[in-house]
Amino acid sequence: MTAPAAAYGKALDLITRVRGVRGAMLVSAEDGIVVAEQLMEGIKGPAVAALAASLATRLRRAMEAAGVGASLFWHLQAEHGALLVVPTPAGTLVVAVAEPDVNVGLVRLELLRAAEVVG
Amino acid sequence: MADEIKTLSSQLAQDPDSLVFLRLGELLRQKGQLDTAHRVALTGLERHPHLPDAHDLYARILADKHDYERAFDEWDMALRIAPDHVGALKGLAFLYFKVGDVQQAAAHLEAAQRAAPDDPGVAQALAMARGDGPGATEAGVGASGTEALTAPEPIAPAAQPLEEARVFAGLEGAQEGLLLLDASGRVLGGALKDPSGRNVTEAVAAYLAGVSQEAARTVKLLSLGKWTGLAAEGDFGHVHLAPPTGEALLLVVRDRAVPMGRLAIIAQRAALAARRWLEAHA
Repeated sequence: MTAPAAAYGKALDLITRVRGVRGAMLVSAEDGIVVAEQLMEGIKGPAVAALAASLATRLRRAMEAAGVGASLFWHLQAEHGALLVVPTPAGTLVVAVAEPDVNVGLVRLELLRAAEVVG
Repeated sequence: MADEIKTLSSQLAQDPDSLVFLRLGELLRQKGQLDTAHRVALTGLERHPHLPDAHDLYARILADKHDYERAFDEWDMALRIAPDHVGALKGLAFLYFKVGDVQQAAAHLEAAQRAAPDDPGVAQALAMARGDGPGATEAGVGASGTEALTAPEPIAPAAQPLEEARVFAGLEGAQEGLLLLDASGRVLGGALKDPSGRNVTEAVAAYLAGVSQEAARTVKLLSLGKWTGLAAEGDFGHVHLAPPTGEALLLVVRDRAVPMGRLAIIAQRAALAARRWLEAHA
């Protein structure tokens, strides 16, 4: 984590302003702890963060083993929404929780921008 | 036409987000400048990935370039976004007719006719497909059109992505980038090789053990219903995970040249075939 704490809010703002995004988090990829969050009421941030970190680890190892390199972006799709994640090189996961009809391409772009902000 | 192309090119240069790329791409296609049309359409599609007309345009260009497999995927995508998209329905009818599946061609044309009852081209093509109308060669079912309904011809096996046998072949072999696992990470079918040709099936399977359960727990926690897929973009390739059944996991791996959206379609089809395969082997 290289950015000052004030930058976290700015990074999360980039994501949550996208229509259809219900919340965003910065999560430590190593231990699944929430670093910063802007979530709608009712979303269990710490639990989601822990599972997202665990999924990210499995996915990263599988992708590296398959020879497709490190994960740059992943998107868990479900019937009523989605979880979208960009891992940063410094070990942070930039996470968005979104409605099913969200513009995935736009959220991806904002997650990548946010990842640059947090480093 | 040349003047219009020039004008539209200028407009697009001034406003790259403009929808004039649709008209420009079509004009270039009609003029036979397929490589330029391809670039225009692809750039437009990148900026407007949810626009069915963009997928339709791209599909027409691909069909003109005889890349029928990708054209099929693009028209299929257009229909997913807009189920009544007449251009996509006509395009798919064109492709079905081309492989000799007149029944499917007619079904798509009937759907097109329901969506656009006043379209004379659809009516003509439908009459031709049913074998009860003359002159349908001018109908232009999809792409460049006129040859579409006159001479159905077999296309290469590679251009038949929906063939179940092909998906099953992938599940049995190592060449398709398909891997079917049970909940414990045991391989049920398929195999994977890394870019150097090394078999990495067991390693990948081991890392993916439990992913299905974790994905299910995550979406349950968020009250998102059932998980339907997990797509990931890597440095050198893309992967898509799908749950063909509650416990099994299907992995599809492709290089970065395959766009994520197209990979999702491939994975959905493979998952469907895998589900049938699992049921047949239960």
